[in-house]
Amino acid sequence: MKVTHLSLTDFRNYQHAEVEFAAGPNLFVGSNGQGKTNLVESLVYLSTSGSHRTPVDTAMIRQDVGAAVIRCRVESEGRSVLLELQLNRSSANKAMLNRSASKPRELVRYLSTVLFAPEDLALVRGEPAVRRRFLDTVLIQRAPRLAGVLADYDRVLRQRNTLLKSARASGVRGSALSTLDVWDERLVALGSEIIDERSALIADLVDPVRDAYRAVAGGDHGPRLVPLLTVDGAQPDDDDASDVRAEAASGSTRDRFASAIAGLRSRELDRGVTLVGPHRDDVRFELNGLPAKGYASHGESWSFALALRLASAQLLRERSTTGDPVLILDDVFAELDQARRARLAASVQGYEQVLVTAAVFEDVPAALRTHTVRISAGTVVSQGDESQEWAPDEIVPSDVGASDE
Amino acid sequence: MYEGVVQDLIDELGRLPGVGPKSAQRIAFYILQTETYDPSHLADVLTTVRDKVRFCEICGNVTEQTTCSICRDPRRDQTLICVVEEAKDVVAIERTREFRGLYHVLGGAISPIQGVGPDQLRIRQLMTRLADATVSEIIIATNPNVEGEATAAYLSRLLQAMEVRVTRLASGLPVGGDLEYADEVTLGRAFEGRRLVG
Repeated sequence: MKVTHLSLTDFRNYQHAEVEFAAGPNLFVGSNGQGKTNLVESLVYLSTSGSHRTPVDTAMIRQDVGAAVIRCRVESEGRSVLLELQLNRSSANKAMLNRSASKPRELVRYLSTVLFAPEDLALVRGEPAVRRRFLDTVLIQRAPRLAGVLADYDRVLRQRNTLLKSARASGVRGSALSTLDVWDERLVALGSEIIDERSALIADLVDPVRDAYRAVAGGDHGPRLVPLLTVDGAQPDDDDASDVRAEAASGSTRDRFASAIAGLRSRELDRGVTLVGPHRDDVRFELNGLPAKGYASHGESWSFALALRLASAQLLRERSTTGDPVLILDDVFAELDQARRARLAASVQGYEQVLVTAAVFEDVPAALRTHTVRISAGTVVSQGDESQEWAPDEIVPSDVGASDE
Repeated sequence: MYEGVVQDLIDELGRLPGVGPKSAQRIAFYILQTETYDPSHLADVLTTVRDKVRFCEICGNVTEQTTCSICRDPRRDQTLICVVEEAKDVVAIERTREFRGLYHVLGGAISPIQGVGPDQLRIRQLMTRLADATVSEIIIATNPNVEGEATAAYLSRLLQAMEVRVTRLASGLPVGGDLEYADEVTLGRAFEGRRLVG
């Protein structure tokens, strides 16, 4: 799929902007703080019904204005849809699909993106929560039904933790806990599904990650992904209760989860918190048999993060019925050395559409510069192909550059 | 802010569920300005509703007598009890005209976050209704969300020991709709609950 046109009204620092997109690479250039990331953020929001930068929607509405509008035309397999989203400061957001009313959550079906951002380094170096979010985002993109399972698990977890806490506070262990078995059952049923889906995803990622890592790093460092499951006794390192671990058991995920929960019940009552389950799981990334976190160099960590994004794009592409996901490379080239830049550019070349933002035009390999849009202080200054002279005072009519397909 | 009693009226209306500040203001000015509207009738109903309406001693449904009209009706099938969360669920199921049995209103669902456990629900009353063995089937019709499912699971565990059939309402596709408009979660559930044809 590809985005053909984007129109923003009162979104972040854009009062009004109209941007034409080309198939293949699109480069957005401008100094820091001019609005490049804001532009791609609007597309990320449409495709995931959430921003990667802020949990509050109002942060995306231009100051002193009541509502922001994102209007985006997407083309996939020769068909074109118009997605419109109005972010309201004081009421619910509104969505339109081909000019008729829809739900904001529905829009995600029509636009699929994979975002590469400087924050991705945290996938390798950050806390387990970052890796869980990465896996869950890809899971939902592959199978939207799982959004419901994840939300339900979260709800059951909060109910169960509240029950454990109140039991601890009141010192009651008998009748007040009569419902704990029921919550355990729901936790195990939903949690096992998440554990199995994540494990399947990790298994599917192994080959594409190895290929992508070799392509980006230019060498084979034997990247591996090792699931760390708390139901099997693993202890991810953000665990504040690291002395507590489940006894490893055998059998189906449900059986292992159920026996882990049963074995930890008195500990859970002491602490008033659920100690095992997918909400505490992690996945360890390894290079040459050593954990990337703590051992890998800056460059290696970056290559691993990029490989994870490339691999997830690859998986989405394989299962997609609406063409490739749109790749968004937000400010990543500045972080890479010359050789990695060229190799990353080569890795994304085959995708239907790639959106790149950069502060410095020269940081981006020539192959990705075929359609360049210059951005300054929340306005699109010029659009066109690379040979275009930059003339800030002159708005050049949008001109679709050569595609690279 | 308006002066005195006008603001009091707006505030009071705004405390009702589903009424925001703007709606409250609109209703308040309708009452003030519409000459043909007599608010005394509403005032009467509001003062009597709390006094008159009570909860059915058997099923917990709302009624003006000690038992509700459904429990009093001898034509209803006394062997079936449909367990629901709220009285408004009774109305919803009655609209179908499919169910001819009796009801039991729990008064909510198990939710530790809201401080609701089995003791806060009318579960003990349900167990007493089962004592004389006339009831042969319990249909659990709690909401298909996390709390409703937990309540259903709790009840089914509790009822396991009794000589009674326990069933749960199916969840699946809305009738008359197109498959393509169903959301993924509903469609996924419908897949899980698929059944053999013929």
